[in-house]
Amino acid sequence: MNASLSLRDRLARQVRDIPRSGIRDFFDIVSTMRDVISLSIGEPDFDTPWHVREYTVFALERGATHYTSNLGYLELRRALSRYVARQFGAEYNPETEILVTVGVSEALDLALRALLNPGDEVLYHEPCYVSYRALVLFAHGVPVAVETRAEDGFRLTRAMLEARVTPRTKVLLLNFPNNPTGAVMSRQDLEEIAAFVREHDLLVITDDIYAELTYDQPHTSIVSLPGMRDRTILLHGFSKAWAMTGFRLGYACAPAELTEAMMKIHQYTMLCASSLSQKAALEALSRPEQDVAEMVEEYRRRRNFIASALADLGLPCTRPLGAFYAFPNISRFGLSSKDFALRLLREENVAAVPGTAFGECGEGFLRCAYATSMDKLKEAMERLARFVQRLERERR
Amino acid sequence: MDELLKILASNALESRETIARMLNLSVEEVQARIAEYERAGIIRGYQAILNEDQLDLDKVTAVIEVKVTPQREGGFDRIAERISRFPEVRSAYLMSGAYDLLLFVEGRNLREVAAFVSEKLAPLEGVLSTATHFMLKTYKRLGVLMHPETPDERLAVSP
Repeated sequence: MNASLSLRDRLARQVRDIPRSGIRDFFDIVSTMRDVISLSIGEPDFDTPWHVREYTVFALERGATHYTSNLGYLELRRALSRYVARQFGAEYNPETEILVTVGVSEALDLALRALLNPGDEVLYHEPCYVSYRALVLFAHGVPVAVETRAEDGFRLTRAMLEARVTPRTKVLLLNFPNNPTGAVMSRQDLEEIAAFVREHDLLVITDDIYAELTYDQPHTSIVSLPGMRDRTILLHGFSKAWAMTGFRLGYACAPAELTEAMMKIHQYTMLCASSLSQKAALEALSRPEQDVAEMVEEYRRRRNFIASALADLGLPCTRPLGAFYAFPNISRFGLSSKDFALRLLREENVAAVPGTAFGECGEGFLRCAYATSMDKLKEAMERLARFVQRLERERR
Repeated sequence: MDELLKILASNALESRETIARMLNLSVEEVQARIAEYERAGIIRGYQAILNEDQLDLDKVTAVIEVKVTPQREGGFDRIAERISRFPEVRSAYLMSGAYDLLLFVEGRNLREVAAFVSEKLAPLEGVLSTATHFMLKTYKRLGVLMHPETPDERLAVSP
C-alpha cells in the first residue's frame, strides 16, 4: 500500500468531512458512568404493545421469514393507505405510492437521494434531528439551515424561508412535531409555508414521525393542504407512537413517480424491510386508537409535569406541544450548553443532551426527553434543581 | 375516567404536588377533588399491591363459583351481600354465565377454606351449589406483573 496516503485520505470527502454526531460524543461519556438518570433517550420508555409482540412471534412461527415485495407486503400498504388517509388527510394508492422502509431514517435517505443533483439546495430548520444535514451532504446536496427561535415557539415562518431561498433551492425538509424542541405547526402556520413552497415551485419532504404525539391540538400535516400532496414526500413510521424503535419500520408516501424513484434505490440497497417488522406493523395498525391514546395521555401528564418543574426552576422553556422533548433555555448561567450538560452529568448524574447537538442555534439550550417514568422524571428534576441552585450560588 | 382517578388507581402514593403539576391544577384543587371522591364513596380505600408468593404466608386463596336462587324483592343482591359480609370473602362478583357469584375466599389452609364452604357458605338458604378452585401461583394482580420485568434496555443516549 502507498505509505504516503493514509486511509483517512482515501475516504470519500463528503463522508470524511462530516463530524460525528454530537450525540455520539455525549453517549461515550454517559456510558462510562453508573446510576445515571437519562433525559437523553429519544425513544419511548413504553414497551411495544403486547398484542404486537405476540403477533410477531406468531408470524415467525407461521414462517414470515422471506423476502417481501420491494415496496413491502401489499396487505400492509393497504392498511397504511387507510391509516394515512385518516391521520394525515391525504390519499395514496397502496399499489404505487407507498414504500415500506427500514425506519424513517432510510426513507429520508431515499427521498434525498432520489431528488438531489449535486449542488441542489435543501432548506431545513434548526434545531433539528441530528441526521438531516449529514444525509443531505451524503446525497451531494447543499444543506441550508434556517434557524427557528424560542420567541416564535420554534415554529418556521415564511419570512425565515424567504431569507434563505435561492434559485438552487429544490427541497424543503420539515419535521413537526419537532425533535428537539417539541414545537408543532398549526394549520395556519403551514398554510403560509405551503404558499411559499408553491410560489417557489419546491418539493417538500415532511418527517411526521411524531404526528400522533401532540398534546393540545391534533397534528396537521402539510400534505393535507391544497396542492401539496403532489409535491410532497410524507415520511412516517412506527418507532415513536407504537414504541417500536428496534423494529426499524417506516414508510414513505409520495406520488407514483417519486415512489418509483425511491424504490429503485431501496431495491438495490435494502431489497425490502424486515418481513417480521412488516407483520408487526400490520398488527399495530389493527387498533391504533387504543394503543396510542394511552401513551399520549401519559406523555401529556409528564409534559405538564416537566414544563411546570422547569418553570419553577426559572428555566424558560417554550411550552412543548408535541413529541416528547422539552428544550429549556439554560443560558443565564453563563455556561455553554455542552459545559452545562457535562457538569449536570458529572455533579448530579443526570444526562440531557446539549442543544448544540441539534445545530449551532441550539446553543444555550438543553434537550430533556420526558420519555421516562414519572419517578425518574421527578428525581431528575430534583437533581436539576440542586444543580441550578449551586450554579446560582457560584455566580454570586 | 377522570384523569385524577387514573393516576391514583395506578399509584395512590403519588404526591399531591406532582399530581397538581401533571394535571395543571393547584395542590388545593387536587386535595379538594380527592376529598370529594372519598366523601362520595368513589374512592373506597388505598391498599398496597403485594406479591404474597414472596411472603411465605400461612394462607390459601380459593376461587369459588356459586349458584344461587335469586330472592323475591332483592334479586341477587340480598344473598350476595349476605355472603360478602363474611370476612373470609375477600372479593365477590355477580357473573353472567354458568354460575351466579364468583368469590375470592382466603383461609389459613385448605381445611379452613373447606370448612367455610361446607359449614358457612353451602348451607345458606338460596345457595344451590358451589365449585371451589384453589389458586396456586400469582402471575399478575390488579394489572401489576408479579415477576420482575426486563430491565430498561434502551441506550442511555439516543438521537
